[in-house]
Amino acid sequence: MVQENKIVIQAFNFYYNSLQALQDINLNVRSNEIFAIFGPARSGKTTLLKSLNRLTDLVYGSSHAGTILLDGADIYDPRMSLTQLRRRVGMVFDLPTPLPMSIFDNVAYGSRLSGTTQRRRLNEIVEKALRSAVLWEEVKDRLNTSALRLSGGQQQRLCIARILALEPEVLLLDEPCSGLDPISTASIEQTLFELKKDYTIIIVPHNIQQASRVADRAGFFLNGELVEEGPAYQIFTGPKDRRTEDYVTGRFG
Amino acid sequence: MIHVRTRFITQSIAKILIWVAALSTIGVMILILFQILKEGLPVLHLRFFLDSPRSMGREGGIFSTIIGTLALTVVAIIFATPLGVGTAIFLREYTRESRMSRLIRFGTDCLAGIPSIIFGLFGFVFFVITLNMGWSILSGGLTLAAMILPTIISTTEEAIKAIPYSLREVSYSLGGTRWQTVTRAVLPNAVPGIFTGIILSVGRSIGETAAVILTAGSSLIIPTSLFSPSRTMAVHFYILAREGISMEMAYGTGATLILLVLAINIVANWFLNRYIRHRA
Repeated sequence: MVQENKIVIQAFNFYYNSLQALQDINLNVRSNEIFAIFGPARSGKTTLLKSLNRLTDLVYGSSHAGTILLDGADIYDPRMSLTQLRRRVGMVFDLPTPLPMSIFDNVAYGSRLSGTTQRRRLNEIVEKALRSAVLWEEVKDRLNTSALRLSGGQQQRLCIARILALEPEVLLLDEPCSGLDPISTASIEQTLFELKKDYTIIIVPHNIQQASRVADRAGFFLNGELVEEGPAYQIFTGPKDRRTEDYVTGRFG
Repeated sequence: MIHVRTRFITQSIAKILIWVAALSTIGVMILILFQILKEGLPVLHLRFFLDSPRSMGREGGIFSTIIGTLALTVVAIIFATPLGVGTAIFLREYTRESRMSRLIRFGTDCLAGIPSIIFGLFGFVFFVITLNMGWSILSGGLTLAAMILPTIISTTEEAIKAIPYSLREVSYSLGGTRWQTVTRAVLPNAVPGIFTGIILSVGRSIGETAAVILTAGSSLIIPTSLFSPSRTMAVHFYILAREGISMEMAYGTGATLILLVLAINIVANWFLNRYIRHRA
């Protein structure tokens, strides 16, 4: 089965002032796959994720060269609506970031931004999103309590629900399990497999084991360069590049 | 061993100095409160609050000055809060650190250091004379607004600055515009800080004398509109004491002023705690 490319990254470079964070990245991500971006710290993983929905625009003094296509359309095209782009390409951050408001208000936040105010409609959206993020059963009786009272794992699934409420096309997950215990991690990974049917997922896993558990394909980043990409089993069992092999086998990193 | 001993002595001296500092602060505060309340409380009866002054304030109560004080303060807050909060949002969320923002901040810092009588003089020349608003609640309120503006700007700025970047990033990542992010993710969390600034400003407005006497006048008639002249409690206190009209009534006014500020602080704290508890 030939899958179409959801995201096409061509000759992409990114700079924070004079510091180059990404060098000449060429990468395609296919629809409905889980693509893992892995590598040591400061290798440009988060920058690449944030470039995909232009959260990098918020960083003063940053600049880029090259193109990123989403369904064939250039995301840096001035005609591309920034708010629309961020709804289509949703992001979950490495630390749980619940907004200091109720569980319901957190999940409804994005829908309200786009003007949905009807209570019945919001109820539907919130329930569906919380079910998709496998959180509904745990919180359905206390939707109006503060999201800050949830445990770390619940907060992170809340953040996933919050972005799912917008029904994005692509999910960017930046080490979504970094602060979590193994049980929460397992439940989030389970959630990812469920979500794959409807979404394209790009994940920065928080370790290689996780990458090999969840990813269909993977790319190894080092110092802002994409060293190697390919099917996950090949990358993790028989990498072609010496540097990838050294990292995967734990010789450095 | 000598080290242990010197360190012990240093510790003891430091401890004593810090205690002396704290105790003298409390002592001064208690002394002032005690003096005013001792002289003022015997005058305080319901009639004192509800009667207007008679024969220049020698007799009667202070009703018209209570109304004048509250009216001026409310006008000042109504004008200064949107301007101040707006400026702070502009400085923190709509510009990067630049020559422009540094200029504005430098300006407000200077404004904060100007003695209040200069504001009074400005208010007199600009509002009272040039804009022909006369001695009035409006002139006085606008002058006070200019005076408290720096406080509201800097407390709001501090409150906004303390909000983690991640909250903004989340709001943007969910498709929020800048305005939506400011109004829905940033400001609700800055409310306690902004509130503190407003309360500080209320205290300063209520207690202000020099700026008010030049812009709102010292009429003892109950004000009926924004263009009525009026005397505030602080001005009343000043005139009664300064012109030797009645020290007894002066202390009564002072005691009322203190109790009013106290009451406002208690009520404000109550509302603030409710707000915080509601969100946490």
